[in-house]
Amino acid sequence: MRNGQNGATVPTVAFRNVTKRFGEVVAANGLELEIRSGEFLSFLGPSGCGKTTALRMIAGFEQPSEGDVLIDGTRVNELPAYRRPVNMVFQSYALFPHLNVARNVAYGLLQRSPRPPRTEIDRRVAAMLDLVQLRGFENRRIWEMSGGQQQRVALARALINEPKVLLLDEPLAALDRKLRRDMQIELQNLQRRVGITFILVTHDQEEALSMSDRVCIMRDGGIVQQGTPADLYDRPVNRYVADFVGKSNFFAGTVLTARGGGAVIELDGGGTVTAGRTGEGLSLLPGDAVSVAVRPEQIVLARREDALPAGGAATISARVQNRIFLGEHIEYLLRSETLGEFLTLAPRRSELTERPFEAGEAVFAAFSTEAALVLGSE
Amino acid sequence: MAAAAVERGGKGVTALLVGPAATFFLLLLVLPLAVVVLYSFGERAPAGGYAPAFTFENYLNLASRGQAFLNTLMMAPVGTLLCAVVAYPMAYYLAVKASPRWRTLLLVLIIVPFWTSQLLRIYAWLLILGSKGVPAYLEMIGIEGVRLVNTRFAVLVGMVYGYLPLMIFPIYVSLERLDKRLLEASADLGANPARTFWQVTLPVSLPGVATGSLLVFILLMGEFIIPALLGGGKVFFIGNALVDLFLQSRNWPFGAAVAVSMVLVMLASIVAYMRFVLSRGGMRQQPLV
Ligand SMILES: Nc1ncnc2c1ncn2[C@@H]1O[C@H](COP(=O)(O)OP(=O)(O)OP(=O)(O)O)[C@@H](O)[C@H]1O
Ligand SMILES: [Mg+2]
Repeated sequence: MRNGQNGATVPTVAFRNVTKRFGEVVAANGLELEIRSGEFLSFLGPSGCGKTTALRMIAGFEQPSEGDVLIDGTRVNELPAYRRPVNMVFQSYALFPHLNVARNVAYGLLQRSPRPPRTEIDRRVAAMLDLVQLRGFENRRIWEMSGGQQQRVALARALINEPKVLLLDEPLAALDRKLRRDMQIELQNLQRRVGITFILVTHDQEEALSMSDRVCIMRDGGIVQQGTPADLYDRPVNRYVADFVGKSNFFAGTVLTARGGGAVIELDGGGTVTAGRTGEGLSLLPGDAVSVAVRPEQIVLARREDALPAGGAATISARVQNRIFLGEHIEYLLRSETLGEFLTLAPRRSELTERPFEAGEAVFAAFSTEAALVLGSE
Repeated sequence: MAAAAVERGGKGVTALLVGPAATFFLLLLVLPLAVVVLYSFGERAPAGGYAPAFTFENYLNLASRGQAFLNTLMMAPVGTLLCAVVAYPMAYYLAVKASPRWRTLLLVLIIVPFWTSQLLRIYAWLLILGSKGVPAYLEMIGIEGVRLVNTRFAVLVGMVYGYLPLMIFPIYVSLERLDKRLLEASADLGANPARTFWQVTLPVSLPGVATGSLLVFILLMGEFIIPALLGGGKVFFIGNALVDLFLQSRNWPFGAAVAVSMVLVMLASIVAYMRFVLSRGGMRQQPLV
């Protein structure tokens, strides 16, 4: 958007039908993606789904077997890594052990020709170390730094080059939980401040959802769905995404009638559900096997059936199996004779119940038509 | 396990574990050295050997063997340097370029010649460099009058050949351990392959070069077979002087003084090596996390 001439937008990075094979293994399968300038995008997926491979093709460490990688609208398939205007933060940081912190950070500037004057290099190194709050650590050796500090050195070393795109391969995976939270916020702030496009690889859904403008959910080398975190949460295209992004209950069933966006589903365990929404791109015919996805927080519980809100999609009688205290919320694991186990999440001060449900207690559960999303059965 | 045993057994076990090594060092290193130092202040017995005395005569006499010291102190470093220059590309190829199967074969091939005695291998070079060897072939293409044996050049060739594996292996290990992601990081930051080599690969593998150099340097300092055979008595090392003094002229005290001086030079080079390696954080690898 910012780099567009006369209003036209050129994506900062684009994949055009990119496939990458390692022998038999297909690490990337027909990737189609456009990343806008200044965007914070994440690749999210389980181990081995091809996230790192996608990133490495942007960095220039791997060449696509088919398709094109574009940076600023120019095809860069054959451009070697050292000529690309992108920088990477490696998972294990890959800091140079024979150089001190300042020399590590200055490395990128020293590769330029003509080489910037000494005073400018010093000034920019100092500014970078300020940015990542590591002033005073200039002369430290890498092994004298903690994991979090090394992580920041790696960030500074990449950012000093003012890349068009910063690639981050699970940059926080090695940090403990508390430090990881702090660094997530720091990274997000940093990205807003420097305005550089960030592409983050992670298998931590919380991390992807909390930090990114947009998330690509990956599976077996392909992008299953891309969208804003809210999009993915509210409108997953299939069970895989619904399961990966947040928690979800799935009830198997068969389509009775379909009309508009909704459908009436006969559940395998008995009873019918009137679902208000259907996954994108899914066209339903009577008799199709489907899954009805319902988020735990959209299921309400009550001790008496008449205490439930009227006009629900379905009412289920169930027994509390387990109660998990989560601070401001309580998660219940319930079991229904007909539908099996499912989860609900209730705020601790619910209007319907004065005191929390006990394990073993019989309850009624209900969810609204809008909460029920029909997805493919697989 | 071992540590726990030491803990439990206390001092007895520690003594038992350290004992053999300590005895070894005492009997085979400290005692002989002490004897040599003692002898170096003595006098030559009339029939040769050692007669007790306390004199600095032998040390003041060192200058008479100045040429041997000079030769050794010049050629050992040059030989070490040449060795490193020849070994580095080979180690680099083995560690970085060669496929794993090739690599094992090549590593074995480097060791195989060492199954025969050094004397034989150096003798082979005498034939190669001798008048029926390389000079004869050079004559065939019109280059006449080249003499190779009994020159410093021949000695250098022998030294490099003889100690190459000792240089290759430490460098190979340091290159093999080099984290390949460092090279990617360097490329990512804008360095082309040549710059990456000079700025990352070489500096990170320098401790290996230092280790190999120390090994080779110390052995070259004590070398006497190579100069004797390929130098034909014209290129004279400290080692040759020692052989001469102890076995021919039987002037043990003077020989001892020469030996003590040589040990001091070696100690100085070990100290220099330690300082260099420690200044680079020793053999420490970059932590994985
Ligand atoms: N250099 C390579 N040679 C052969 N196969 C490879 C290579 N690099 C990756 N692969 C394979 O490609 C697939 C995708 O790997 P990739 O590293 O991109 O996964 P990932 O999503 O980053 O996983 P993780 O979360 O574990 O890092 C895997 O099956 C992997 O084994
Ligand atoms: Mg990965």
